[in-house]
Amino acid sequence: MQTQPVQSDTSSNPDPVAAALAAVRHMVQACIQCGTCSASCPNEFAMDFTPRRLWRLVLMDDWQAIAASKTFALCSACYCCTLRCPRGLPLTEAMAALKQLGAMLNLAQNRAGTLFYRSFLQSVRNHGRVRETEFMTLYFMRMKNPFLPLRFAPLGLRLMAKGKIHIELPSRGAGKLETLFAKVEQLERQ
Amino acid sequence: MKYLYYPGCSLQGSAREYDIATRAFLAAMAVELVEIPDWTCCGASAAEASSGLLALALPARVLALAEAINAGADILVPCSACYLNLKKVVEKARKEPGTLARINTVLAAENLTLKANIGVRHLLDVLVRDVGPGQLAAKVTKPLAGVRVAPYYGCQCLRPYAVFDDPEKPTSMEPLIAATGAAIHPWTMGAVCCGASHMNTKMAVGIELVTGILRAAKGADAILTVCPMCQMNLEAYQGQVARTGGADLSANILYLPQFLGLAMGLSDAELGMGLNLALSDRFESRIAACV
Repeated sequence: MQTQPVQSDTSSNPDPVAAALAAVRHMVQACIQCGTCSASCPNEFAMDFTPRRLWRLVLMDDWQAIAASKTFALCSACYCCTLRCPRGLPLTEAMAALKQLGAMLNLAQNRAGTLFYRSFLQSVRNHGRVRETEFMTLYFMRMKNPFLPLRFAPLGLRLMAKGKIHIELPSRGAGKLETLFAKVEQLERQ
Repeated sequence: MKYLYYPGCSLQGSAREYDIATRAFLAAMAVELVEIPDWTCCGASAAEASSGLLALALPARVLALAEAINAGADILVPCSACYLNLKKVVEKARKEPGTLARINTVLAAENLTLKANIGVRHLLDVLVRDVGPGQLAAKVTKPLAGVRVAPYYGCQCLRPYAVFDDPEKPTSMEPLIAATGAAIHPWTMGAVCCGASHMNTKMAVGIELVTGILRAAKGADAILTVCPMCQMNLEAYQGQVARTGGADLSANILYLPQFLGLAMGLSDAELGMGLNLALSDRFESRIAACV
């Protein structure tokens, strides 16, 4: 796999969005628009732009259309497109880079995913290992939708009855990975 | 055989039976596991969707801890997402010196260093290539003849790194299943995505993908999995699948080492069978009737 790490490093470019988009464009530069990615994608049926069309928008620098698209948030990282791309492009990684950009900009169509992952990482930052009920509680709090927990309540209760999860209120904990997370944030700001 | 063991967060919570069954099965095969001390989360799919550097740093911390033990052993990972996260960092760090240096700048804050010289192996890889169907067959005391199972591989143990199987048309579980005396359900859904975390944030999409898999498994007595996320998606939402699609597609879902352990006569308790969410009484009596 040929990869080019996305640097959210902004020192060389004052606009972090432009820098991140440039990194994605670099990843898909050699795209021949064959559509193998779209044909391979298990989530394509739910997307507004197929993956092929999304790469075209990236190459055309059409950030407005990309920013409004649901496509990259629907990538479930199955790596079928990456495996099959005749140009050997790191397409799953390019989708991840767009998800990172969506999270950075708090894009609306990305909101559930962004808050879900942010809650997950908060729990990891606090305790080193994710605490499943703490993470879901943080997610529900951030989503501010009183009906959302109801959707997960039946499964939560089944898991609790099996003793697989326990009620854990969000806690700061020991800040187990505070140093590592802070260092990452510091480097990404530089 | 000895491995450094990385259970990952799920195996301590909602996928506890995967941990229980993996340890029990490998102990019965005289495989030694040394749990990596002080291990932390690999970042799951959360880090990659949030920060490129964090997605490297979280697995790198675990790898550095494992390398520090210097046991000359590979890391064994049962969860496919953990496996890919750890493996990806080793592969990238080996190829890109700049990435390795950047990772080590982060790890220095924890007094750790990554060399990226350790092997990362998925449980299925170890079962197929190190333990092997021959050794398993020698320990089978309760052949599961007449039971038909659908091997489900999911994505991230197969792709993007084709290490031990064909990433398009995987077959690596088949010799292991054959060693138990069970039959293989012929299907083409074994490497098709279960929707991963869509089930939490875009449930309609997740239900659609799981419905396709469960429908194709009709006629099998059970689906076997090798990933906690696949297992949860296939076992926990069968009610919603029935309500959405109007058809009852209930299926028995269990982890591969649980199934292999049953054929070796390990007890339900030893394999954590009581913790699964979708095992019917009919299936359990079917297994119990095997001699």
